[in-house]
Amino acid sequence: MSENTTKIMQARDMKKKGTTQKVGKVFGLIGVYAFLLIMAIIVLFPFYWMLISSLKSLAEYRLSPPTFIPRAFLFSNYIDAFTTANLGRLFLNTMYVGVVSTLLSLVITIFTAFAFARLEFKGKELLFAALLATMMIPGELFTITNFSTVISFGWLNTYTVLIVPFLVSIFYIYLLRQNFLQIPNELYLAAKVDGTSDFKYLWKVMVPLSLPTLISITILKMMGAWNSYIWPRLVANDEAHRMITNGLRNAFTTTSGDVNYPVQMAAVALVSAPLFLVFVFLRKYIMSGVSRSGIKG
Amino acid sequence: MVDNRQQWKAWLYLAPAIVLLLIFTVWPIINTVVMSFMEGYSGLLKAGGQASFSIGVNNFARVIGQPTFQQSLKNTILLCVLTVPISTVLALLIAVALNSIKVFQKGLQTVFFLPYVTNSIAIGMVFAAMFNIIGNIGTRREVISSYGVINDLIRFISGNPNPKNYINWINNGSDYWANMFVMVVYIVWNALPFKILVLLGGLQSINKQYYDAAKVDSTPRWRVLTRITVPLLSPMLAYVVITGFIGGFKEYTSIVGIFGENMGPAHAPGRMNTMVGLIYDSLEQNKQGEASAAALILFGIILVVTMINLWVSKKKTHY
Repeated sequence: MSENTTKIMQARDMKKKGTTQKVGKVFGLIGVYAFLLIMAIIVLFPFYWMLISSLKSLAEYRLSPPTFIPRAFLFSNYIDAFTTANLGRLFLNTMYVGVVSTLLSLVITIFTAFAFARLEFKGKELLFAALLATMMIPGELFTITNFSTVISFGWLNTYTVLIVPFLVSIFYIYLLRQNFLQIPNELYLAAKVDGTSDFKYLWKVMVPLSLPTLISITILKMMGAWNSYIWPRLVANDEAHRMITNGLRNAFTTTSGDVNYPVQMAAVALVSAPLFLVFVFLRKYIMSGVSRSGIKG
Repeated sequence: MVDNRQQWKAWLYLAPAIVLLLIFTVWPIINTVVMSFMEGYSGLLKAGGQASFSIGVNNFARVIGQPTFQQSLKNTILLCVLTVPISTVLALLIAVALNSIKVFQKGLQTVFFLPYVTNSIAIGMVFAAMFNIIGNIGTRREVISSYGVINDLIRFISGNPNPKNYINWINNGSDYWANMFVMVVYIVWNALPFKILVLLGGLQSINKQYYDAAKVDSTPRWRVLTRITVPLLSPMLAYVVITGFIGGFKEYTSIVGIFGENMGPAHAPGRMNTMVGLIYDSLEQNKQGEASAAALILFGIILVVTMINLWVSKKKTHY
């Protein structure tokens, strides 16, 4: 056998091996995509079902087997949902509580995180550790006493009761303190030399530099207001102060008889829509905040 | 050296948080412990409570002795034991798959995060609608107009359109395990996004060299997953399991989303109640003593489970 033929055969073997590996890889990749696609469909299905159901007529909704694209798009369901559940009032209530509590909470968080990150005082480490330890306690434990406390304050059925008890979040303080600690000390010392006050330094330097964390906190806090259910049900379940989730659940509690499911689904879609919009535009901040928390809302 | 001026200033910055924490966090901790030993205490006099009480551990005994407590504890433990492993394994597989692709990675990542930004009551109502049967079910004269999309899909896939071939998931007369199945599906769906996010973040920080070494040795995929990925990801896995258990023991609103405040199907209200639900029931009946005892029991359980988790993960995790 000539040297040339051996070379050719070797090359052919190599090629063969390369192709089988490549084929295996392609099949593997197809498998991976197929798995992801199936999971994605399962994850998305409830959203799809909510949307198409919200556009059907009641008669069409009741069909078995169901239609997967509505025969006629009944947008009037959304108007019905808006009036049945009195969503306008609920939206306003929730927005008011969300905005006010977010603003106040941000101010308190900034002050507290600044004290823990930049100022020196006796018992700092101990106090911070004690605060972190309270994060382990389930919220229900606080609720029992807080319920009595807010009643004795005369706060039942007010906006105050929905805002004040939750203004301090140890988690947000922790998050912001970590961010403040990353800002180099030299900046602080330089500002001191220039005669800048602590307060001015905090607002002119530290807050702007921590903007991403502050945005994350804002979104999580707003989402918290939007999704709160248990506390409002306990302390402010009157028409004037009712929050959106409570209103939604209350408006469609009867499971027997003629529940208009398409209208119910339209209401659910309307309540979910703002969360989606926030998610679409501010995904980065939500994801970075969430991955560090383990807390929903 | 800490000068006095700065001390004073620091406490000024801390003041708002400290005041609020004293009222709404520190006082409740003390008060809950105290109330749990005040037998038969119902504090709200206006709501028909009484100021008289004796001191003892009877609250704990009464809470534990209730059949509703045993049912709630059973439900809560079952939900934890079923949902945490299922959601963790699924999230791991999805995260590994997402990490191995380039095209559409960002888009799919967004899709898998979507269930996170939802209202658990609202989407619970969607799940309830998907499993719901419309008609006069659970009575002698059954009339069914719609089986719900899940039953329709099962009938379609099994190729058996027989009217008898359906499962009563959540309606009147439904089975306990059918209820439980719906809850598990919903909670897993809800728990996936956070777990995928954390695990994918962990995967992306694993040094590529390990995988290159495995490629040189042409290690099969499965071995790469079990011998490289999982051990290196173990701190993240421990994190999602621990937070999963803590969340699982506090499960409540997802059940309200599916079953409403009845906490169960029409014929068995309260059957799907959880520990948190039990606390709120006692509170709404103006039994602060028992509610406090139940809350402390829940805290104790969460503490013990977290300790066990930490102990196991310390032995098993590889840093």
